[in-house]
Amino acid sequence: MLILECPYCGVHAEETELQAGGEAHLKRFGPGSSDEDFHDYLFMRENPKGVHFERWRHVNGCGKWFHAARCTVTLEVFGTYTAQTGTPPQALLDEISTKRPGWTWREFTDASAPHAGAEDAS
Amino acid sequence: MSNAVSVLNGASFTGLAEVKDAGLVGMITLRGDLASKSLAKAVKECTGCAIPGIRKVTQADGTTVVWMSPDELLIVTAYQDVDAKVDALSTALTGAHALVVNVSDARAMFTVSGSGAREVLAKVAPVDFAADQFVPGGFRRTRLAQVAGAFWLDTDACFNIVCFRSVGQYVFDLLTTSADANAEVGVY
Repeated sequence: MLILECPYCGVHAEETELQAGGEAHLKRFGPGSSDEDFHDYLFMRENPKGVHFERWRHVNGCGKWFHAARCTVTLEVFGTYTAQTGTPPQALLDEISTKRPGWTWREFTDASAPHAGAEDAS
Repeated sequence: MSNAVSVLNGASFTGLAEVKDAGLVGMITLRGDLASKSLAKAVKECTGCAIPGIRKVTQADGTTVVWMSPDELLIVTAYQDVDAKVDALSTALTGAHALVVNVSDARAMFTVSGSGAREVLAKVAPVDFAADQFVPGGFRRTRLAQVAGAFWLDTDACFNIVCFRSVGQYVFDLLTTSADANAEVGVY
């Protein structure tokens, strides 16, 4: 069972109290953007084997949206953090780097890895 | 003016615990910045209660102030006092980014009391009801089987349950089924 700690009310909520909100940290491309940017914003999603960042809502609880970082392979939850941010907190990124050396997800990567972000160039 | 009644008009059931429709209860939703001094002062003057901490309630003179979310409080008070309190709070919060609404008739309230109360609720909500975990003054907003609900524990070991009035019958039936005298588990 998936258990996430709501960063607002501190409840260790199990999944029946939560609602999945899809991928985290999407950058919106709206009116005036190129068709390609808008297409990518609407349709292109990560499907990682490993570290993933998601949005969740504590729907049967305080009702707030928050972010969660977890591993899609082991279902390990690295941590949760508030929705009022565009990037995950550094402490959480460092923790993920310790547990999953060389991880990469969108523009976020293991900063300590020698070739961080190299896979993105291909 | 029609005669106001609560959702199940005082229905009650006794089994593992006593389940009761609490009758007409006044409820006020207050949204705003809970950290602001003007809001804390307005709540204190209107209810006599301090702003509760996270997942806590504060009580004074028959009025309970409940922490609902980081920007929302629920004020539970006598049904006939609600309009006066809404006016007083609205006046006190003039100019502040806040919302005060009388939600008394949109909600239902039940009480579950007795030695089996923790067990009755534990069957229907994903919450740890161990005596050292869910203590008096504690509050939790969660689900009751399939519907949203919230409850807090009074100092006299009585759980107060708040849900939407539209699902009042469902919640009462759920609690009475859970409190059936032949359905004891004996965990708590």
